[in-house]
Amino acid sequence: MFGKLDWSAIPISQPIPLITSLVIILVMLGVLGLVTIKGWWPYLWREWITTVDHKRIGVMYGLLGVVMLVRGFTDAIMMRTQQAVAIGEAQGYLPPEHYNQIFSAHGTIMIFFAAMPLVIGFMNFLVPLQLGVRDVAFPTLNSVSFWLTASGALLVNASLFLGEFARTGWLPYPPLSEAAYSPGVGVDYYLWAIQISGVGTLMTGINFVTTVLKMRCPGMSYLRMPMFTWTAFASSLIIVAVFPILTATLAMLTLDRYVGWHYFTNTAGGNPMMFMNLIWAWGHPEVYILVLPAFGIFSEIFSTFSGKPLFGYRSMVAATLFICIVAMMTWLHHFFTMGAGAAVNTAFGISTSVIAVGTGVKIYNWIFTMYGGRVRLTVPMLWSLGFIFTFVIGGMTGVLLAVPPADFLVHNSMFLVAHFHNVIVGGVVFALFAGLEFWFPKAFGFRLHEGWGKAAFWFAFVGFWVTFTPLYIVGLMGMTRRLQHVVVAAWAPWLYISVAGVAILVVGAIVQVIQLLVSIRDREKLRDLTGDPWDGRSLEWATPSPPPFFNFAVMPNVEGEEPYWGIKLRAVETQQLSPEPKYEPIEMPVNSAVGFYTAFFASVFGFSMIWYIWWLAIVALVAAYAGFAWFAWRDVHEFEVPVEEVARVDRARRAAREVFLTQLARQEATP
Amino acid sequence: MRGLHISKDRLARTCKASLVALLSLALASCRGSVLDPLGPVGADDATILIDATAIMLAIIVPTILLAFWMAWRYRASNTKAEYLPNWSYSGRIEAVVWSIPILTIMFIGGVIWIGSYKLDPFKPLPSKNPPLEVQVVSLDWKWLFIYPKEGIATVNQLVVPAGTPVHFSITSASVFNVFFVPRLGSMIYAMPGMVSQLNLKADRPAVMFGQSSHFSGDGFSDMQFQVRSVPDAEFAAWVQTAKSGGKVLDRAAYAQLARQSQHVKPYTYASADRKLFDAVAMQHVPPGPGPEPENPGHAGREVSTGGHD
Repeated sequence: MFGKLDWSAIPISQPIPLITSLVIILVMLGVLGLVTIKGWWPYLWREWITTVDHKRIGVMYGLLGVVMLVRGFTDAIMMRTQQAVAIGEAQGYLPPEHYNQIFSAHGTIMIFFAAMPLVIGFMNFLVPLQLGVRDVAFPTLNSVSFWLTASGALLVNASLFLGEFARTGWLPYPPLSEAAYSPGVGVDYYLWAIQISGVGTLMTGINFVTTVLKMRCPGMSYLRMPMFTWTAFASSLIIVAVFPILTATLAMLTLDRYVGWHYFTNTAGGNPMMFMNLIWAWGHPEVYILVLPAFGIFSEIFSTFSGKPLFGYRSMVAATLFICIVAMMTWLHHFFTMGAGAAVNTAFGISTSVIAVGTGVKIYNWIFTMYGGRVRLTVPMLWSLGFIFTFVIGGMTGVLLAVPPADFLVHNSMFLVAHFHNVIVGGVVFALFAGLEFWFPKAFGFRLHEGWGKAAFWFAFVGFWVTFTPLYIVGLMGMTRRLQHVVVAAWAPWLYISVAGVAILVVGAIVQVIQLLVSIRDREKLRDLTGDPWDGRSLEWATPSPPPFFNFAVMPNVEGEEPYWGIKLRAVETQQLSPEPKYEPIEMPVNSAVGFYTAFFASVFGFSMIWYIWWLAIVALVAAYAGFAWFAWRDVHEFEVPVEEVARVDRARRAAREVFLTQLARQEATP
Repeated sequence: MRGLHISKDRLARTCKASLVALLSLALASCRGSVLDPLGPVGADDATILIDATAIMLAIIVPTILLAFWMAWRYRASNTKAEYLPNWSYSGRIEAVVWSIPILTIMFIGGVIWIGSYKLDPFKPLPSKNPPLEVQVVSLDWKWLFIYPKEGIATVNQLVVPAGTPVHFSITSASVFNVFFVPRLGSMIYAMPGMVSQLNLKADRPAVMFGQSSHFSGDGFSDMQFQVRSVPDAEFAAWVQTAKSGGKVLDRAAYAQLARQSQHVKPYTYASADRKLFDAVAMQHVPPGPGPEPENPGHAGREVSTGGHD
């Protein structure tokens, strides 16, 4: 009836996961109770759960990403403290079977359920606004994508309370991940969580490629698209190219585990090497899926806060596409030490370091964007400068790892751990915080508090370096990664310093929360009335903050790069807004519950597959499929926004802009 | 005011003291690290690591300084700096901006090319004396070293003659591991069904630590082994001692050894099956059995005996 599931699945004997999951369950019940008592369900259902508005979906992606970031960060704190207390004969407070789950969950959650949702959240919120259109190409599919990602996150976190998570690392290398060596449900949780969310990510990629190719507003040619949209496009292209590889690889491992096939097993002709090649053929491009949109965010910020167009825009586009293509030709550098031979190692070493050409060009172009500018050192700008410092050093250690003989000394070491945190935290996470400060007023209508934002940056920046510099050093001292306890006493001082760094990062995280709370309290003071709080340059700043659900009352007509900057200059020069357009009714997609419905049954399906509850798996799969069929036969898929409503919203925007224009004119008069 | 001065002074002194402490810690940490090699392979690896770092530091330090200078020079409050609101292209700067990373990478590419061929782990080391053969099998969770010519074997302990190259043939009986002795240089994977080769040499007698550098399961943290490089005479004596007493590594003993166990103390086998390594590598003996739960009906929670049975 319930497959492998019985009472022993609950970790009664392990207090840490037990108490944590009980607290989480209580908090969740509390939230659900509050929503019920306050009667918020109809609002949540109508405005959020069934929404197909790309901005709302973007915000929900962001929320999911932030919650998972906290979970992943908690895992990180446990790992760093465990290694600092388990030195010599000491075993620390986490036994191997628990510690191994923690580092596996940390990597899985941070990449798939924190970084990816946050990056995709920014893509969702911004791409249609920057392209001057009203939604993505497939709005309902977008909602399905989000809910499937959430479904994957749910399964990963369910493993805390029922059963266990994978103990194999964030990429389940066979034969360790095969049934013979990992008979528990941990790897199965991993497989089904990633498969379900991976389908969502693939659909996001298809959605955004289509949106950029087919949905630009009049005049928005490819070489007029803002840099963030370009990078989101490149990132989506990589998703479409490589996520099927991930799905296929994990499907093969699933067949090995569930029905005893032999793709990657030790016996019967299986070959684990094939898994290494396939998983990294996805895994290396994956980091560029994350970092390219981050580069896009920095491009927007450097240009806006320098008061200048991006330097070498076309060169930036070229560098982005260069990275997009070369990213798929470097995967073998993850296993130079598997003895592929000098010729293969040489080829992949060079192809890997060649990527640094693309990123190097970008770094210089950002620097020259500041040249001759009026650089405002706001919070987003601090993150961006911190990024240049951090990322350049991370890039350097990356090229070191791309030199095979050097990699022979530091492969899989703490040096490697320090390196990829250097580029992923310094590149992606710094970008996400910078972007959060920058676009928060656009999404929520008020700015975030500047002082607390600066404090948060400094804690994160200093904390980052205090945490990871010692890891570079212990890596050079020979310390390998994923040790549950360490026996070499000489490593201890550096592990202690690293924990001090984590403490600074914790303060930084608390400061971020305070910043949010203070900003919500002072929201009236921080209110963005104009829709253009930073003197922006791309089309999202032409809308009010927050934008109406249809984004633009009338499709903008783009006449050059930086379309909104052009409109603004003309308005300031002529001292008036463009004449009021002729409003027309707008067709918008209707809400749909299909995303939530499908993801619900996908979660049930994944859960039943993990626990071998076959009948329920069949029921859930049929139900999820029925959801698609039901959606495909829908009669009504759009509704009309009446012309009066469009006019009312847009006239309010124009009124605010009139006020803004007189402010700008006054500023011009008194330089 | 006076109090403030003293505290400033004290602060400066504390800062200086902690900086000195940190620097001496860093220097002390160099000893025994991969930057303190004991053999030619490690020395060449480390030289390449340091050279590549130096090449790149020459580029990135000026780049970082330029970025900070640019942000400071053109800060909004600096009215002396010129404002070029439309300046966004310069062919010359573009040419330089593409050239700097391309030239750097061409240089590094040369290092990669030459280094990869020179330090290919499979390549024998030049030497007057013939290399010592050692066969390495990674097990759950210990290392088995077989000396085929000497006919002995050890667990979690590697003894080699100083000054003689060692040729390692490496495989795994269960999951992936990496054979790595940091002070001797290059590491390489131990993989089931495959044999990788590694050539190393210790220049002088020393005691070092070796480890697995690839996560392999619950007992992974204790997959360390002691490495001793000793003078030739001492090596010969050690072989004789090993032969004189101890267990015999036959197929039955191997089957027992292949079962999961953690934190295994080093010991030697007086004699070892000379065909065992090939049999493991060709998978003519069954692979390591993996976890053997006492209660097969456990609900998804993987219970390993941890080898304490």
